[in-house]
Amino acid sequence: MHHVIVGAGPAGVIAAETLRKQSANDSITVVGNESYPPYSRMALPYLLASNVGESGTYLRHGSNHYENLEINIQNDSVTKVSPSEQAVTLASGKSLNYDRLLLAMGSSAIRPPISGMQSARVHNCWTLSDAHRILNEVDAGDRVVLLGAGFIGCIVLQALVSMKLKLTVIELADRMLARMMDRIGADMIERWCKGKGVNVRTGAEAIGVTDHGQELEIQLADGSSIMADHIVCAAGVKPNIDFLEDSGIEVDAGVLVDHSLQTNVPNIYAAGDVAQGPDRSTGEQQVHAIQPTASEHGRIVACQMSGNETPYGGSLSMNVLNTLGLITSSFGLWDGVDGGERTTAEDRQNNRYLRLEFQDDVLVGALAIGLTQHVGILRGLIQTSVKLGNWKKRLIVDPSLVMNAYLDQVQGTRS
Amino acid sequence: MYKSLLIDPLKCTSCLQCELACSYENEGVFNPAKSRIKVFEFEHGLKTIPYTCTQCDEAWCLHACPVEAIAINLETGAKEVNDSICVGCKVCTIACPFGTVNYNSDSGKVIKCDLCGGDPQCAEACPTGAIVYVDSNWTGYARMQESAVEAHGLN
Repeated sequence: MHHVIVGAGPAGVIAAETLRKQSANDSITVVGNESYPPYSRMALPYLLASNVGESGTYLRHGSNHYENLEINIQNDSVTKVSPSEQAVTLASGKSLNYDRLLLAMGSSAIRPPISGMQSARVHNCWTLSDAHRILNEVDAGDRVVLLGAGFIGCIVLQALVSMKLKLTVIELADRMLARMMDRIGADMIERWCKGKGVNVRTGAEAIGVTDHGQELEIQLADGSSIMADHIVCAAGVKPNIDFLEDSGIEVDAGVLVDHSLQTNVPNIYAAGDVAQGPDRSTGEQQVHAIQPTASEHGRIVACQMSGNETPYGGSLSMNVLNTLGLITSSFGLWDGVDGGERTTAEDRQNNRYLRLEFQDDVLVGALAIGLTQHVGILRGLIQTSVKLGNWKKRLIVDPSLVMNAYLDQVQGTRS
Repeated sequence: MYKSLLIDPLKCTSCLQCELACSYENEGVFNPAKSRIKVFEFEHGLKTIPYTCTQCDEAWCLHACPVEAIAINLETGAKEVNDSICVGCKVCTIACPFGTVNYNSDSGKVIKCDLCGGDPQCAEACPTGAIVYVDSNWTGYARMQESAVEAHGLN
């Protein structure tokens, strides 16, 4: 049995390792289109901040890790999938036959469709080579405009501040982190950033960029403009699915997969950022593009590919973020459900915020700012649908008691 | 045979010796806020539950880590954070559904129970035997015995 895995990020690598555990005699080929050893995008901000070197971003550290597991990694890219021949065509001209194919190509950074973004002074911050380029070309003291203050933008923001740049953040939406934080929380984070000297402009639309040679001019929709040495673009990412167009594999925003992480085409699976798979909370197919989903998909899909059917209830959307020292997390349906109940606790003085969303007596979503102790219990309560019983009333009065509620309901406080 | 922490909340008097011993062993200070084991109080302290990592086999934290900073200590079975590899991304803190991995903003790394390398100081410090370090099989056995007793209404 030959497994071909397209993509050498966390989903692809974890799938390969899990396949090796499950199917000792199968052959496993991973095709990755970056020339570095498999690495983690999650770690790139820490490379920019000089907390780690390049090898600190690698997914695995053991010498000859992949050779020892007989995982054959090829530096190439797949240009075509031909299900009828069970083969993929590579950019190098070669082709590979597969018995099982895993699509784990991840996603790519996108740029807003405005003029001037092709300037060499505009950088993405998504791949290891992007990070190296920023480190080589952007110097301490440079004026930098960060386009985008979503989840990735805010992670990048932290790294750029630690590079001692003069930073202006431009966000099109009316608040930072619009897809992982409500208005109250987003305002708290924005106040925090401004308090740390970062110029944040929300509800600001960049409409064009002019390269004056030594500097860039960024025009905004309100008629103002900003001069900068560099732009770092964190305006979103898009699953790498373009080459699947004529393959017969069903795609929407990403590659559509069912609860077995299988596509509509036999023997072809998808995992990680490229997969539009079942979301545990909504039951709908969604692209999560987060590390926990990528690693979970990698493990589950490998079990499926080696014939060990593994029940999978879908992935839970969640994020954690450090914005200049303010720790923020979001889980599940943090914006609530129809007919549900909500409780919030805001402590502006100490920059703490907690919001819980219930459906009946079950927690279905949560937001937290400034919470670093036992934060994972929010996942536990949501994912295992713990019935909170009388604890729901107590949590509505004091949401900080989530850990107590869990212990009492799950372990019981016998007397 | 690995050993595990077996916790019996009924024996806990909430003296917090475990939290003090843990923080001193791991952080060099007597400070419950830096302990990896935490005693939760109910009904104004009438009931208490010491709580820490159970070192699950397929550990969520270990699998979620993007840089392989959490590894199994083959001697103790503990899932240990390697500080020199941990970048502090905190993904493990939200991935652990038991809430037993915490971010330490002083160090910029995450902390979790590592069984003190096989000599857990919380168990050492516990004066009432509420926390003991025993063969892993026995923790399961005690649980089974407990539920059997409860199921048959024998208590």
